[in-house]
Amino acid sequence: MKKTQSLVILIVLLAVVIAACNKGNKPPVARPMPPPAVDPAGTSTGGPPPPPKPVMEPVIVPPMPAEDTIGSKTLDDLNRDSPLRPLYFELDSSDVSAEGQQVLQANAAVLKKYPGMQVTIEGHCDERGTAEYNLALGERRALAAKTYLVSLGISADKVKTVSYGKEFPFDAGHDDAAWKQNRRAHFVITAK
Amino acid sequence: MPNYSFRTKVVGAVIVAASAMVAAQQPAPQPPAQPQTQTSVGVIISDSAGAQVRLAVPDLLALSADRETVEAARTIGQVLWDDLHYEREFYMIPRDTYKSIPPAASIGTVPYERWRELGADGVVIGTVQKVATGIKVELRLYNVKAQQSIYGREYTGAAANPRLYAHTMSDELHESQRSMRGVARTKLTFSSDRNREAVLGTVEKREVKEVYVADYDGANPRRITINRALNVFPNWSPDGRSIVYTSYRTGAPDILISNIYAGTMETPSKGSGQNWLPVFSPDGTKIAFTSNRDGNPEIYVMDRDGSDVRRLTNNPEIDSTPTWSPSGTQIAFASGRSGTPQIYVIGVDGAGIRRISQESYADRPTWSPAPYNEIAFSARTGPGFDIKILTIATGETRQITFGEGTNESPAWSPNGRHLAFMSTRAGRSQIFTVDRDGRNLRQITREGNNQTPNWSQ
Repeated sequence: MKKTQSLVILIVLLAVVIAACNKGNKPPVARPMPPPAVDPAGTSTGGPPPPPKPVMEPVIVPPMPAEDTIGSKTLDDLNRDSPLRPLYFELDSSDVSAEGQQVLQANAAVLKKYPGMQVTIEGHCDERGTAEYNLALGERRALAAKTYLVSLGISADKVKTVSYGKEFPFDAGHDDAAWKQNRRAHFVITAK
Repeated sequence: MPNYSFRTKVVGAVIVAASAMVAAQQPAPQPPAQPQTQTSVGVIISDSAGAQVRLAVPDLLALSADRETVEAARTIGQVLWDDLHYEREFYMIPRDTYKSIPPAASIGTVPYERWRELGADGVVIGTVQKVATGIKVELRLYNVKAQQSIYGREYTGAAANPRLYAHTMSDELHESQRSMRGVARTKLTFSSDRNREAVLGTVEKREVKEVYVADYDGANPRRITINRALNVFPNWSPDGRSIVYTSYRTGAPDILISNIYAGTMETPSKGSGQNWLPVFSPDGTKIAFTSNRDGNPEIYVMDRDGSDVRRLTNNPEIDSTPTWSPSGTQIAFASGRSGTPQIYVIGVDGAGIRRISQESYADRPTWSPAPYNEIAFSARTGPGFDIKILTIATGETRQITFGEGTNESPAWSPNGRHLAFMSTRAGRSQIFTVDRDGRNLRQITREGNNQTPNWSQ
């Protein structure tokens, strides 16, 4: 008995669904309906017309980056987003750390790939040294980086050094994070 | 009536030279003419034994009503008061306490009773008069108790920089009354980014630093270099006509000499390596400097024209920042040879090196003028630096700044009574001066960042 009832309900429901799908052919069964939901897009027949679609140009997709991104860039662009990374130093020290050696190995690989490239290594210091002594310390930092590059087979005449001491800090702050940023050997590409 | 019998009547000519400070084509400044007559000069002593002489300097009397003369009269009185106050030889009675005393009707009529009531031992009365060549300034020092003029000076010159008349009078009063050399006519040179120009050819925003000069009190600042690069560590020649400094004009640090009245430049090191921190010897014939020409920062000495280069140090660690002894026979410098930067002294012949500082970090030694025989330097005292003074004979060190910002790059005044230095205590880097006992702090610069001062002779 119960089984038969369930079957009947199922059939009726199916019939209603099919009837709804074939709206065009058969008039809907009249029955009380809930009020229509508010159509936020206003697409229902009674609401305002839909807004116009935005006018769009097709997006130009740049070509995939070429193998040689360096040859096509100006020196300024190259230095703004340099393939040569800086290496950082401890307070009062010009010793190249293990991490610094890895940076220099990567930089050496770039220099070997582009034999025309010439660089200046700038030595920089944080404000915790004096302006005077920092010029010598920055010089030793730049020189330490150059010496390691030369040991990796980079020709010494491709690499110039200059110290700016604490005259041109990268981070103007006065805390550990700023000081760490400012104790560096910084690579500037001068020819490619 | 004043008794003129003790008065030194001297006519000097001051050619006001402030506007000639920098520009190449402008004429060299002339010092005021030496006194043409020298008679006995009265010296004021204090009414109360042991106390400082109390001086008053009211506004000068403008003898013509034009704006320039009136302005000069006011400026000279104030600047003379400031100059005399700076050396702390006299007790200067605050100027606002005698605003009510009527100005003298002429330079010879002094209301002595009013000045005596104020407690003044001496009063400087002066007049400014417009003349064909500019202005004529007459100044007299009156002894209030004796009611007589004991010292007088008359100057004529351009009206462009009335401060120079006050500076000249101050130096002459210190000389005649105290037999000491004042610093009112000396100048400071320093490096500044106040122009806010960017260095060319870098992707980072970097501001140029140019060399400036200014009066000892910061007035009349003038730019010396115009090369849009880093120009730092200026140092005066003993004759005050040249400044030697470290310039990155060609991209790397090198030594430049600017002859500031001739408008010419010299490059004595002639492209040998990188060279920085040059300092003139006391006789002006030699320059000591730091160079990496042999692969490592070392101390060298050369003749002013770049000839006869001699290396003084030979150590694998850093040697930097030389300063000459007043006799020119020794050089003090900073070296990292013991692990941290410390001050060492070496003979100009390269012999007899010895360490004299025991700090955690010491740099920028600067040897005092005689008779003090001291070395001021920057010492690390925390995250920043403070100025300390080391007495060479005893090895004793005293500190004169105390952790307000960082305090670096001390430079002695030519009379050894004051130091100029850089401090960040007011926020940015600025030049200050302070007396050798740590008192009398003055802020000299306010525009932009200013650093590495040096005081003219």
